Amino acid sequence: MAGEINSGDTAWLLVSCALVLMMTPALALFYGGMVRRKNLLSTLTLSYIFMGLAGVQWILYGYSLAFGADIGGLVGGLNFLGFNGVGAAPNPDYAKTIPHNLFAAFQMMFAVITPALITGAFVERVRFKSFLIFSLIWMTLVYDPLAHWVWGKGGWLGALGALDFAGGTVVHIAAGYSALAFAMVIGPRKGFGNIPMEPNNIPFTVLGTGLLWVGWFGFNAGSALAANGVAVNALLTTNTSAATAGLVWMVLGWLDGRPSTLGIATGMVVGLAAVTPASGYVSPLAAMVIGAVAAVICYYAIRFRQNRNLDESMDVWACHGMASTWGMIATGLFATVELNAAGGNGLFYGNPSQLPIQFLAVVVTMAFSFGVTLVVAKLLDMSIGLRASTMEEEVGLDISAHGERAYS
Amino acid sequence: MLKKIEAIIREDKLNDVKEALKEIGIVGLNIFEIRGHGRQGGITLVGRSGSYQVDLLTKIQLNIILSEQNLEETIETILNAAGTGETGDGLIFVYPVEEAIRIRTRERGQEAVMYPGDIDERKGRSKAKA
Repeated sequence: MAGEINSGDTAWLLVSCALVLMMTPALALFYGGMVRRKNLLSTLTLSYIFMGLAGVQWILYGYSLAFGADIGGLVGGLNFLGFNGVGAAPNPDYAKTIPHNLFAAFQMMFAVITPALITGAFVERVRFKSFLIFSLIWMTLVYDPLAHWVWGKGGWLGALGALDFAGGTVVHIAAGYSALAFAMVIGPRKGFGNIPMEPNNIPFTVLGTGLLWVGWFGFNAGSALAANGVAVNALLTTNTSAATAGLVWMVLGWLDGRPSTLGIATGMVVGLAAVTPASGYVSPLAAMVIGAVAAVICYYAIRFRQNRNLDESMDVWACHGMASTWGMIATGLFATVELNAAGGNGLFYGNPSQLPIQFLAVVVTMAFSFGVTLVVAKLLDMSIGLRASTMEEEVGLDISAHGERAYS
Repeated sequence: MLKKIEAIIREDKLNDVKEALKEIGIVGLNIFEIRGHGRQGGITLVGRSGSYQVDLLTKIQLNIILSEQNLEETIETILNAAGTGETGDGLIFVYPVEEAIRIRTRERGQEAVMYPGDIDERKGRSKAKA
């Protein structure tokens, strides 16, 4: 039985779609600013292309695999192929008060940005064709099933009661650990560790950060799937976590020398990623703790990664992966049904049993995304090759892969 | 006799040097933005987490062609305006110049590098005497 469409909810979700879509260009700028100038266009394209690739894949079969009729808790069926049956009538399994196709469109924006996040792992050296093939496989084998497990009707992680409000597992942990696996297979950029690789345009990264922050209101507050108090709380927690993490990162950088602009921007994004799974379940004060702790964890995760000489170039693992790992655990600590009746209580609200479920969801997501990515990347590397040639890498991917340059 | 001064200076001292040279009547000059390192060896920049070393810094290379008689005063001016006493102040090189030709007038030699109101004119040196 279809519910009644609520125009306020529908309007907010339409806006949220736009906000979340904007995060992909924002991410392109965020990453683009940090690479060398010869790879700026390439880096922008690695993100932008998902507005094409995921935009088509999601309509054709992605949405169906993620949100179609459940098959054994593992994957959605093919009943929504080509958005067949995904119309204006609400789907009460997901959102009773907005059109079903709006829910599907909102979810599409998540499917666009998640694989774009991974690209930070292999910028400046990936072979474009191999990247496209990898991405299509990744969306099909990792993102769609994982989204089903957590958010799909009958998905097994969701059924266990794992709380992930806006995609800590499906988006950030999945992207972070996939990035780690991919970086290990493709290897470091030529000269990594020996020659300085200076960001070509930190203002791009700062601008990207600002746009990501704005977009994240759609990402998290939109995930309430309604224009209600939960959405407002999610917006507040999102803002609070980002604000706190930015400040804490500034202090950490200062203690190590100077409070760098790049560091402050990074801290803000870390705060956003950390609060994502918790945003609809916790209070603004809890979000402050979540942001502060996330900044410390991720600051030293980057250091750990650097000391291991691992070229996970844009720190997708250290920032998104680790921030949301903490965010998932923090949800098991700080969640309260006082703020969201549809959620649960965490440890600090008298429910110790939520925490192990959160741990399980984290570990499963890590293992699944890392494992599948490692195998797929390895197979592609052995067959068609993941890396651009040394010559192409030295010239820069802007010219060698795309035949153009960012600046004349 | 024409000389060429190649002065490698701090990026942030360019305006001071330009002003000081204008003051003494060195009118014609051009610059390159170059990158390099000497004894200073580069600087430390702060990244996302911790710092890293950048060994090539942006410097300015100032190119001036002038009469030998003005050489010492010009060098002294650059030394005063560009110096801070810290490493990274730069270097000055002086070369002999074979020939100079002003394209518009086809003047050659010292005439080609003289300007209205320049150091020679101020000191009352005519083109012929210079």
